Amino acid sequence: MKKNLLFPALLFTLFLINILVYFSDSGKGFSIVLFSKNYLLEILSILPPILILIGLFEVWVPKRVIEKAMGQSSGIKGILVSFLVGTAAMGPLYVAFPIGVSLLKKGASLLNTSIFLCVWASIKIPMILFEIKFLGLDFAVIRLTLTIPSIIVISLLLNMILKKSICNEKT
Amino acid sequence: MFSLTLWILAAFLLIISWGKNKDNTINSLKVFLKFFRSMALLILITIWSIGFLLAFLPSEILSKTMGQEAGFNSVILAALFGSIVLIQAFIAFPLAGSLLRQGANVSAIAAFVTTLVMVGVATIPLEIKLLGKKFAFWRNALSFIFALIIASIMGAFLR
Repeated sequence: MKKNLLFPALLFTLFLINILVYFSDSGKGFSIVLFSKNYLLEILSILPPILILIGLFEVWVPKRVIEKAMGQSSGIKGILVSFLVGTAAMGPLYVAFPIGVSLLKKGASLLNTSIFLCVWASIKIPMILFEIKFLGLDFAVIRLTLTIPSIIVISLLLNMILKKSICNEKT
Repeated sequence: MFSLTLWILAAFLLIISWGKNKDNTINSLKVFLKFFRSMALLILITIWSIGFLLAFLPSEILSKTMGQEAGFNSVILAALFGSIVLIQAFIAFPLAGSLLRQGANVSAIAAFVTTLVMVGVATIPLEIKLLGKKFAFWRNALSFIFALIIASIMGAFLR
């Protein structure tokens, strides 16, 4: 009961603070709403279709397909598949969280799910083009070549830490 | 443009799915609703908080922290900024680029860009809710550390 009220209460608090800000500085109060509105529109334009696709994925794609491609015993091939799936990224990282949940549910390994999420976050082709344009080719290429191994090491470490904690909880 | 393709793809596949099996399609819509419900309020709160942050955090502060003064402090500060703010890359890259041309610290800029995409403090509540506390904490912590490593190496390469 209490937990159900926490988020609405938080939302109401933000609303009140926003009104207070508006009365002390109408420009600031207005720009808060404007920034938030822009983000909201961005999310609403991308999250519903992704969630619909997740729903279809959960119902239609058989578990063994994902298990085979991205499961515990998928090895290097699984890592490659996760990389490729991750680069098909559309939108910001939080859109990928529910996709990660679905992949785990379908039997993808933790390692591969983490790789997928990290790649989604950091390797997008339009973003790379933008980086080259504004930060230079050297900067973008070096950062990208450092990012790829980092993602794999991060995911391996994450996998190790979480596996250990799961074992500890069981004993 | 991107999102329009997504909407069309989702609608198209839904129609095919409906034609093939109505029960399955209804189940998939239930999955959709379940996710949407669990995320909606949290997303609203997150977005609104970001609105506050952006309204009160002028870009001068951002440029000052990544300014000329080299040293590891500016790198860490830049990484913290990148972790906290949630700006689209399309806005952040031009900003980072102009700072770089003004002679900002390469490591600091690299740290900022890397944490910006990989670490998301604002979206941690959402990540915890969906993927669990441990996963969210360690993914962000490890990404932060590796962003610092990437930034240091880049600082040595590019001057």
